[in-house]
Amino acid sequence: MKKHLLLCILLVIGAISHNAVAQTGSELRFVLHAEPKTFNPLLVEDDASESIRYLTGGVLIRVNRLTQEITPELATRWKISNGGRTISFELRRDGRFSDGTPFSAEDVAYTMTQLMDPALHSPTGDAFRSGEGQVQVKTLGSDRVEITFPAPIAGLERLFDQVAIMSAHSAQKEMAVLGPYYVAENKAGSYLILKRNPYYWKQDGSGRQLPYVDSVRLDIVQNQDTEILRLLRGEIHFINSLNPEYFDKVTSENPGMAHDAGVSLDSEEIWFNQVARAPLPDYKKQWFRSTNFRRAISEAINRQDLARVAFRGYAHPAIGPVSPANKFWFNSHLQAHPFDQKSALHRLNEDGFNLKDGVLRDRDGHVVEFSVITNAGNKYRERMAAMIQQDLEGIGIKLNVVTLDFPSLIERITRNFNYEACLLGLLNDDLDPNSQMNLWLSSAENHQWNPAQKTPETAWEAQLDKLMRAQASTLNENKRKKYFDEVQQIVWEQEPFIYLVNRDALSAVSSVVQNVHPAVLRPQVYWNIDQLSLAQQVAEKH
Amino acid sequence: MKWLRTGAIVFLLLVAAASLSADFVAPAHYAYQFRSETDAPPSYRHPLGTDDLGRDRLSRVLFGTRVSLLLAPAAAWLSSLLALLVGGISGFLGGRLEKIVIAATDLFLSLPWLFLLLTVRAMLPLNVSPMVSVVITFALLGCLGWAGAARVICADARTMRQADFVLLARASGSSGLRLLWRHVLPNLRPIVLAQFWISIPVFILTEANLGMLGLGVTEPLPSWGSLLRELQSYPAISGQPWLFIPLLLFVIVVGSFHLVLRTEELPA
Repeated sequence: MKKHLLLCILLVIGAISHNAVAQTGSELRFVLHAEPKTFNPLLVEDDASESIRYLTGGVLIRVNRLTQEITPELATRWKISNGGRTISFELRRDGRFSDGTPFSAEDVAYTMTQLMDPALHSPTGDAFRSGEGQVQVKTLGSDRVEITFPAPIAGLERLFDQVAIMSAHSAQKEMAVLGPYYVAENKAGSYLILKRNPYYWKQDGSGRQLPYVDSVRLDIVQNQDTEILRLLRGEIHFINSLNPEYFDKVTSENPGMAHDAGVSLDSEEIWFNQVARAPLPDYKKQWFRSTNFRRAISEAINRQDLARVAFRGYAHPAIGPVSPANKFWFNSHLQAHPFDQKSALHRLNEDGFNLKDGVLRDRDGHVVEFSVITNAGNKYRERMAAMIQQDLEGIGIKLNVVTLDFPSLIERITRNFNYEACLLGLLNDDLDPNSQMNLWLSSAENHQWNPAQKTPETAWEAQLDKLMRAQASTLNENKRKKYFDEVQQIVWEQEPFIYLVNRDALSAVSSVVQNVHPAVLRPQVYWNIDQLSLAQQVAEKH
Repeated sequence: MKWLRTGAIVFLLLVAAASLSADFVAPAHYAYQFRSETDAPPSYRHPLGTDDLGRDRLSRVLFGTRVSLLLAPAAAWLSSLLALLVGGISGFLGGRLEKIVIAATDLFLSLPWLFLLLTVRAMLPLNVSPMVSVVITFALLGCLGWAGAARVICADARTMRQADFVLLARASGSSGLRLLWRHVLPNLRPIVLAQFWISIPVFILTEANLGMLGLGVTEPLPSWGSLLRELQSYPAISGQPWLFIPLLLFVIVVGSFHLVLRTEELPA
């Protein structure tokens, strides 16, 4: 009898203590739109893996998503020397991986060696490949490490924001992490549970160990309708990035949830095919290579309307290649091209075009008609294309809109160049202009309007090459800014890309999540994941 | 059931008449964007409201109906004709030709037609007007949609080959083209007609599917596919029941076609 009583008491105590743990434990929940393809931080390519890397990875240096400034993390100090080829880090001594393995310079050396291993094909490592030759990594004691690259890399320290340090000694390999959370459970295709890293080094002002929230549950849900419904039902706590329709829906249902962080780095643009060997009639190539023609098209497009109608007001007319959201690198002397169809016609007249009976013809009598291709299924681009169609009709140009499946579109713009104009968007995560080298250099494959030129075909492209190389070869930030301002000025004048709009960074966050400061850089809502907390009642409820 | 059939025919005629007179009855041009009145609810000026670009929805429904109702039967006619030629002749002649044709038809049926359609469409010239593009789209549907019908017609023609009246005709000296033209083809008429009627809603649905993928009729020309795309997202439709009108029209029209078809099938 006594034994039974003792057992009952133990069971009751067990149940009570279990409830107590459940009450103090808090779980933040949000959605990934796909399953992460890898947990190896060096092989990250997709958004879902990137999210896991951000939540679990410990980095030496972090770009603060709100201020866009560099902040120390696992490195307490760093110094760039040897003309920009060498960076030396002084590391924290109190760091431990999630399995308790101590963090040291050996781990940084191991990570860098892995990262630069050509056999690994690390997308993150590509940004560090500055020239021919090996990267030298030298450990100078347990808390100092020196990395020497074969050639200088401008903006080098910012690149380390993407490098999650891996353990050289842990048996758990890449699953041992230095970030605020570690992957505790992965139900393939369904959900992931991340638990608080008990050895995370960061503390708040009062000395309390971060992160505040005990665990993060990431449900894999592809459909954004479902995601919205789950947010409105309180089943998840935030949506990192929303499109304008969903944002309006959230605003109408619960205005406190909706956050517009302002103009983002993402842009939408249109460009003309200027490839000499493109299978287009010569007279069309002549139009597309004319600066006056491109500027006229640009001026005939009502960007305000595009932002207001196509994006329901959650976008801004684009000014140039850099969004105003990029605080340091944006050339603030530039203004958005005005909507001025008279000026557009004037420019076209200068090139011998003539508007008669509502139809524009070139000097040889060809009717001005061209097509624009865009990817099927993207309603914003389809809307913009339809609006541009009507705008260009105002200066007598007939625009044919063609929506293609993505592989066909890529085939046309990168291989056979059988297209006239293309409307696409650019997702930009990197603030530094070095990440745009493959776009602006005339020899680059991504120099979309006329890629892989052997020598620059125009004087202004030669100047772009010169300026981009100059900014990449100096370490003086102000000089780099001056060079890149000139790049933006040339692109603004020549308009090889006609920048249309910059989208706003829209997100939705439940009011129970505290310390939220949505930013325009990804990940907009949880960039300060270790500081986020849940209101007490919710923590208790769950 | 007769009154239902009559009702369906009257409804189809009314819809056809309204869409054919769209140039006169539509409140605005289907492509004109009233940019200060986007997503407007129904009003005197815009009886079905406006779409996300401020285009009058009633005008788009009328013109879109015209596109789908004119071109879907045309595509159905094309595919039925192809099916009759391929299925009818091979089934009637029989032998090795029939086996080869059936194998080819089975192969054609096993093709992933949606991807085939996407591929073919991606290879088309870019600078074509929306009207030409829509004609090409439906012509493609017609050219790709014959195989199922050909299989049915082939089976019917094979049965007919051994039918008493054909044997009698042969015995009385009729052969070759004359036999085919005078005796077989007229008897295949009911099955070809049935295939024709079946194909119309199928092609309307296929174009709608392509439209849902953004690959149907190109902007700014409307079609049922592009009109139904408005219903794709949950925020767009909540609280705006008038957005369902194109869907309702589509369902009733396809339903009416099926009603007419069922009663067409009965005499056969």
